[in-house]
Amino acid sequence: MAITVARPKRNWRERLYLPAIAAGMVITIKHFKNTIFGRTKVTMQYPEEKWDSSLPEHYRGAPALVRDTDGRVRCVACQLCEFICPPRAIKIIPGEIPSTDRFAKVEKYPEEFDIDMVRCIFCGMCEEVCPEQAIFLRKDYAITGFTREEMVHDKDKLLEIGGVMHGVVLKWNEKK
Amino acid sequence: MSPILFWFFALLMLVFGAAVVVNRNPIASALNLVVSFLGLAALFMSLDAFFIGIIQVLVYAGAVMVLFLFIIMLLDLRAERLRKINWVASAGGVAVALALLVQIFYVIGHLTFSKQTFPPLARSEIDDVHNIGLLLFGNYNLPFQIIGVLVLVATIGAVLLSKRERR
Amino acid sequence: MNVFFITTSLLKIIGMIFVVILPMVSYAVYAERRVSALIQDRLGPNRVGPAGLFQPIADAAKFLFKEDFTPAQVNKFYYWLAPCLAMVPAITTIAVVPFGSTLLGVPMVIADINVGILYVFAISSLGVYGIVLAGWASNSKYPFLGGVRSSSQMISYELSLGLAVIPVFLLVGNLRLTNVVRYQIENGWMIAPFIGDWANLGKWLLAIPMITSFFVFTIAVFAETNRLPFDLPEAEQELAGGYHTEYSSMKFALFFLGEYAAMITGSAIIVTLFLGGWHLPLPSLHGGFHWLVVDGTAPGWRGVVGGLFNIATFFVKVAALLFMFMWVRWTLPRFRYDQLMRLGWLFFFEIALVNIFIVAGILAYFQF
Repeated sequence: MAITVARPKRNWRERLYLPAIAAGMVITIKHFKNTIFGRTKVTMQYPEEKWDSSLPEHYRGAPALVRDTDGRVRCVACQLCEFICPPRAIKIIPGEIPSTDRFAKVEKYPEEFDIDMVRCIFCGMCEEVCPEQAIFLRKDYAITGFTREEMVHDKDKLLEIGGVMHGVVLKWNEKK
Repeated sequence: MSPILFWFFALLMLVFGAAVVVNRNPIASALNLVVSFLGLAALFMSLDAFFIGIIQVLVYAGAVMVLFLFIIMLLDLRAERLRKINWVASAGGVAVALALLVQIFYVIGHLTFSKQTFPPLARSEIDDVHNIGLLLFGNYNLPFQIIGVLVLVATIGAVLLSKRERR
Repeated sequence: MNVFFITTSLLKIIGMIFVVILPMVSYAVYAERRVSALIQDRLGPNRVGPAGLFQPIADAAKFLFKEDFTPAQVNKFYYWLAPCLAMVPAITTIAVVPFGSTLLGVPMVIADINVGILYVFAISSLGVYGIVLAGWASNSKYPFLGGVRSSSQMISYELSLGLAVIPVFLLVGNLRLTNVVRYQIENGWMIAPFIGDWANLGKWLLAIPMITSFFVFTIAVFAETNRLPFDLPEAEQELAGGYHTEYSSMKFALFFLGEYAAMITGSAIIVTLFLGGWHLPLPSLHGGFHWLVVDGTAPGWRGVVGGLFNIATFFVKVAALLFMFMWVRWTLPRFRYDQLMRLGWLFFFEIALVNIFIVAGILAYFQF
């Protein structure tokens, strides 16, 4: 059954609409004034103002390879991240560490380590799966490029973003 | 006024006036009529009759033709564009128009003042709006009022006719 | 018709269109965006140039380089004609508006004809053709509805527009716009008659219907220029843009600019009729209190400065009105179509009509 909504009875002042219009104009001019004098919080002016400082601790930005405090690349090219990566953004070509090296017992290192940032979905599974604490999601979010090739982060780029990670387990170092 | 301007606007009027008749598209006809009216207004204005010229634009080009256009658009007269031309009727129409033209030329040719050249009118600084107002509300006050009542009656009649019966 | 007259007229026309109106139009678009943003707690375009001041130039470049697309089913000739018809009447109207006193002895009005206000109405009534033709030639439903709405809206509100100015001319007794300004210099602005014999009661009584007239006229100008409470011809939400739905690139820009040019000329007419034109009353205490009239008649550089000051005054007033146009736009929602018609025919028409009789009565009683 259709319901007839009763229209409210308006007195002559309400029906004139002029007071309502004037009130509306006052409201908008107040907003105008407050914005001009900077009393209203407005949209962040992005390239000049960034919210980097207020990013949460758990923010997932670009994945990156890290070095430890000794300056060693922690990745051992186990390819678990390549395997887990849902969009298959990671490509690793492992290389062998020569037996004369100090870290010869690690056996493998990544000769090439590419992450295709066009594909990456910032899920953080690579970080979770890594047994060596070698790959971390950093807070970089403005990842841009003019070509698809530019969007592929190679090993150097990844290490540059990653930098040095403090407070990770140094399990390959010789026992003192 | 410059004769070049006179010929220009007169030709403009005639060409667009002919286009009103020739055009098969009613909207195009209406728009051609507007241009023709504008030419007429320009002729009036070049004779310093600004008021009549402006009223020509205001009333005919600005209001009447807009209504015409509005109604033509609502009626969607496409059939007119497809209709065949009846050549016999057209020839008859042209013949009548030519006869009228010959007649006018004949009559004008026999008028006594048609061969004279009149001295150019002095450029007056008198306000033509003022004069028209004085004439309308002075000498011709009664006819003006009667026309006013007539228009009012027509308006009320139109409102009454278009009013829907309240069920 | 001497060389001096033709030269100065040409200079005035070119100056008015290319130095004043067109830049003003493009900056009105910029101002509209900034004002709307500020009212909505945003900042608006502030990237191109200092404070975004070069935004209009960037917009123009964008419009020029966009693809000029002509849909297949349109009526080509009228489709191309419509944008021109939308722009031309809006600019042509400015010809009779006195935008300043005199500058070096040249009156600052392009054509001071004795039927000034009628000319304005005549030309602005032609403005509807652009919109109607755009709607019809597009051969598409939404533009057509926009065109039909526009033509009926313009016809309806032209009545209130015409009737609302009659009180002004009853008082001035002349249709020449320079005389209207002259009258206001001697007797105070139409809506604030504080100059002249201000002790006269009739004059103050007269201000009441004049203010009513001012409001009716301003609202009718809103409707004529399709500004927001009355922007039904281009209602984005119902008609997907209305009459310019099928237009792109510079042709679309012409509609846009035409709307703003109409706004500027409308404001200029309001300023001339009700807000004293180029006149700014300056109180002078030099030798007793009196109102000072600054104009371009003084000799030497004082005259030039005075004339420029008058022009500046006029355009500041126009700019203030433009701001009001924008302020109203970002405050009020759109009318429904039947409400629009009811408002025009049952309220403004009657108010304007009664107003004429009130003014005539006051004029007759107080023997102005």
